[in-house]
Amino acid sequence: MFTTASTTSDKLLQMVAAILLFAAIIGLILFIASRFTGKSDRAVAALYLAPVVVMLSVGLLYPGLRTVYQSFLDASLQNFVGFDNYQRIIEDPEQRLVLRNTFFWVLVTPFAATGIGLLYAILVDKARGEAFAKALIFLPMSISGVAATVIWKFMYEYRPDQSNIKQIGVINQIIVLFGGKPQQLLIDSPLNTFLLIAIMIWIQAGFAMTVLSAAIKAIPDDIVEAARLDGVTPWGMFRFVTVPAIRPALVVVLTTIAIGTLKVFDIVQTMTGGRFDTSVIANEFYSQAIRTGDRGFGAALAVVLFVLVIPIVVYNIRQLRRSEA
Amino acid sequence: MTTEAPLTTAPVGGAVKKVTTPAAAAKKKLSSPWASLAAIVIAVLWTVPTFGLLVTSFRPEADIKKTGWWTFFSNPLVTFENYEAVFGAEEGVNLADYFLNSLIITIPSVIIPLFLASLAAYAFAWMNFPGKNLLFIVIFALQIVPLQVTLIPLLTFFVDAGLAGTFWTVWLAHSTFALPLAIYLLHNFIKEVPSSLIEAARIDGAGHVSIFFRVLLPLLTPALAAFGIFQFLWVWNDLLVALTFTGPQISPITVQLSNMTGTRGTAWYLLSAGAFVSMVVPVTVFLLLQRYFVRGLLAGSVKG
Repeated sequence: MFTTASTTSDKLLQMVAAILLFAAIIGLILFIASRFTGKSDRAVAALYLAPVVVMLSVGLLYPGLRTVYQSFLDASLQNFVGFDNYQRIIEDPEQRLVLRNTFFWVLVTPFAATGIGLLYAILVDKARGEAFAKALIFLPMSISGVAATVIWKFMYEYRPDQSNIKQIGVINQIIVLFGGKPQQLLIDSPLNTFLLIAIMIWIQAGFAMTVLSAAIKAIPDDIVEAARLDGVTPWGMFRFVTVPAIRPALVVVLTTIAIGTLKVFDIVQTMTGGRFDTSVIANEFYSQAIRTGDRGFGAALAVVLFVLVIPIVVYNIRQLRRSEA
Repeated sequence: MTTEAPLTTAPVGGAVKKVTTPAAAAKKKLSSPWASLAAIVIAVLWTVPTFGLLVTSFRPEADIKKTGWWTFFSNPLVTFENYEAVFGAEEGVNLADYFLNSLIITIPSVIIPLFLASLAAYAFAWMNFPGKNLLFIVIFALQIVPLQVTLIPLLTFFVDAGLAGTFWTVWLAHSTFALPLAIYLLHNFIKEVPSSLIEAARIDGAGHVSIFFRVLLPLLTPALAAFGIFQFLWVWNDLLVALTFTGPQISPITVQLSNMTGTRGTAWYLLSAGAFVSMVVPVTVFLLLQRYFVRGLLAGSVKG
């Protein structure tokens, strides 16, 4: 039951066994709980929470703390190296490039995706076929980053510039149509990083559009009517009515996309594997810690990732508090 | 907190009220043809990449190599050979195996956290015990921990426990990572159940077990569906956890597709069909269960 399953029937059996095992655990908990009737909640609550507390402690809390500790150790996690790993992240030219790329990602993606999502939400609001129009933009959100990247890899495909060879990627075909020379789009840095960012924008715009569209529809009618009677221009309506009214939603969308972007891994891994100067922190973590086996350095990268997420979350909470006050 | 948004903005894409919104007013005053044009341009930009690869997946291999997919419309030749190739053994892709692995990884990774989180959420919502609020805040805060922070020690842990290379690694990892969000979501939902309902059941002599099963579980269905669908797609689409823990025999379709871009990077006839095979499940779920899907997705947007 706890071995590597290789045949189809082994795999299916193991899956059923796993589900039954957890069902049995829950059955046992409920059975014991049913013995405690009336009186105090404490014993029952402890039973109900036990599996969750164990799993979160062993699988999330302890590993998190351990990673912080490991970030001060060397590649094999044998010797203490102080802040060397962190120093390397800041000083090593290769790692600086990783930081620069991550900075590009986090700066560009949230604003571009939110801008496009907001524009589209306004444009299709109340239009005929609104649900269909929205589904088109939202669809990329449901597929894996890997599949999205394969889709875009084909957009960026390059064929050598020879008279008998035709381009098969859309972007290079357009370049050729306008008389340009086809480019190796995924090789040239930093252009390639921005082309990878475009994929993330393509995925996230649907998320922004959905949240913002709901916020727009929730704006009270009387505010809109009052503004209209005052003869507000369309731009004024957008600037002074729509945007202030959906401000909390805008903050949520921007910060959520920023957090997701910080942790972006599958796009970079699938498209370039971090080569051609496209690596970002989350991808560098994987290549260093898992692939190369430099555990201490990988741990330091993971900690940096966590530290970068915190200010965004704090900003988010403070903005929401302020809008509720 | 970010995760509260979904619960207020949930009914997206549902009934559209017949009132003027500022956006509609702004749009009306913009000359309407330009607004429509802009919307169409965005919609086309967002659709063309997927459409291009879809067309490619049905073109013969020789054509894919030589001409762009847009030439399909002047020379429409349809073949299913690419799909046969990714499922067949000759090309060494064997997507059927990986598709099965994806299912085997995903199903327990959805069911296990759903059950465990329902119990915990019930305890948080309707029981009194010391340290309740603190424990809830800690679990809630764990949502923002990036997975990367846990992976190296977990890998060591699984090796020590003798589970390395088995499905248990991904089942346990995904289930654990899902708990904070699941508990938070279900707790919010359970809290909304009127206390009179619970009190009435208690007066009738129902214990915590029967209250949970008879009163709460039926009411919880929409929240369970929203979380279940979110988690299903999250696990199905995951690459990082799968690459870290799974060996070649049990890795899911995302890993195989990602590997193909490295080893068969120019084999577009395989890549295009493979990508669509991996997309069949999420897109179907999206089309059939759009309402729950959006709700769950918004709720879980900071996960991982």
